[in-house]
Amino acid sequence: MTAHALEGGFTEASVQSARAFREILEAMARPGTIRKIAGAQPPAPLSIAAGVALLVLADPTTRLHLAGDADCPVVRDWVAFHTGAPLASAEDADFALGTWSALHPVSRFRIGQPDYPDRSATLIVECDRLAPHGPCLTGPGIETAAWLNLPETAAFRANRALFPLGFDTLFTAGDRIAGLPRSTRVEAI
Amino acid sequence: MTDQAYNFAYLDEQTKRMIRRAILKGIAVPGYQVPFASREMPMPYGWGTGGVQVTAACLVPGDRLKVIDQGADDTTNAVSIRRFFQRTAGVGVTEATAEATVIQTRHRIPETPLAEGQILVYQVPIPEPLRFLEPRETETRKMHELEEYGLMHVKLYEDIARHGQIATSYAYPVKVEGRYVMDPSPIPRFDNPKLSGNPAIQLFGAGREQRIYALPPWTEAVSLDFEDHPFHATKAPHDCDLCGAKHSYLDEVITDDTGGRMFVCSDTDFCAGRRAKGHVGRLGEAA
Ligand SMILES: [Zn+2]
Repeated sequence: MTAHALEGGFTEASVQSARAFREILEAMARPGTIRKIAGAQPPAPLSIAAGVALLVLADPTTRLHLAGDADCPVVRDWVAFHTGAPLASAEDADFALGTWSALHPVSRFRIGQPDYPDRSATLIVECDRLAPHGPCLTGPGIETAAWLNLPETAAFRANRALFPLGFDTLFTAGDRIAGLPRSTRVEAI
Repeated sequence: MTDQAYNFAYLDEQTKRMIRRAILKGIAVPGYQVPFASREMPMPYGWGTGGVQVTAACLVPGDRLKVIDQGADDTTNAVSIRRFFQRTAGVGVTEATAEATVIQTRHRIPETPLAEGQILVYQVPIPEPLRFLEPRETETRKMHELEEYGLMHVKLYEDIARHGQIATSYAYPVKVEGRYVMDPSPIPRFDNPKLSGNPAIQLFGAGREQRIYALPPWTEAVSLDFEDHPFHATKAPHDCDLCGAKHSYLDEVITDDTGGRMFVCSDTDFCAGRRAKGHVGRLGEAA
């Protein structure tokens, strides 16, 4: 275990995780909105937002897949110390964390079962930046339309076609987070 | 200040994480009932332990919590839940719908329209809308999977055959985004139109039945009906006797033992707000 692994967690877990969850809830409930979350200092290459999301949602009962550069000893140690989430293959993961290219092909991830669509993966996709323009989003949580700089549209259109099955996605960049549940319809513009 | 004998908002962190994951999956699949491992709460099941757990998982310091029981802020149930979160989460409380950031409700949707940034948490006794047709959980789960909602329509149509109209007046089922049939909890069907296209986040918690489900903002929730018998939101054909409101949901109150009665808004904050603005009903007194 590296010394850094012990640092960078919440200093006041119950209040910090409550505040961060509320932002994540708003992000997932209003696809395309970009929210700010704080409270953790995870090791590189993780963003603050990705680290906070893990602290809020992952624990020993959830399997975590680290993809690409995120799958390194310092991140593994940090995740193990602060969340206790067991690492897993992409196919078995409840949460998967990495850049979009590292997570590919995303058809590997769990989409739930017809009688239990909730048993599906949530992807935490590390991005360089989040911006409210790009592909057009419509569906639950969106009054008319929203826009978000998604890394691509085809994979999310394919995922929407599986509804009510499908994975759900959180996009993270620095201390910003946005959500894209499986229910969102995505169109390139 | 919060009571230091408890974790923030009473529940331990692992329980809140589990509930929060269930809420997010509920948001992702609107109207679908997500199972969760309900915890014992220091209050009886009839007091909305499902709603209380959802509220506990959502609250942040700085929230202003409103709790209503059939529209009223001052019942024992509402007062107890409000005090519970004042003590365990140190949140502010309010009776004004417009000032609340989180509203926990038993059996009503406030008359005052909700807004973005607000969360409405429903206490749900029986989350499964198909339960009265089919007692087996494995079967109802299958019916939702296959969108086998024909029996539900048959039941509603039997109402029409028997009563000339759909008699179901509470917990009137809705279809969410054309997919899942959902029980909106025992709200009067008068409230059903407010479920749909609502700018607030609506979360539903059933403690004994261990289910959480959700309507994200702006989600479509259509009350089941028939072309020849379209859905109508109904209320008593009166105005509020205290504030004169014509379009609010009314409770009938017996005023004496000689059969005297009056109709008053079920939403006490709404009624008081109207009276404060000078509206006076048949039996009201000018403020
Ligand atoms: Zn009134």
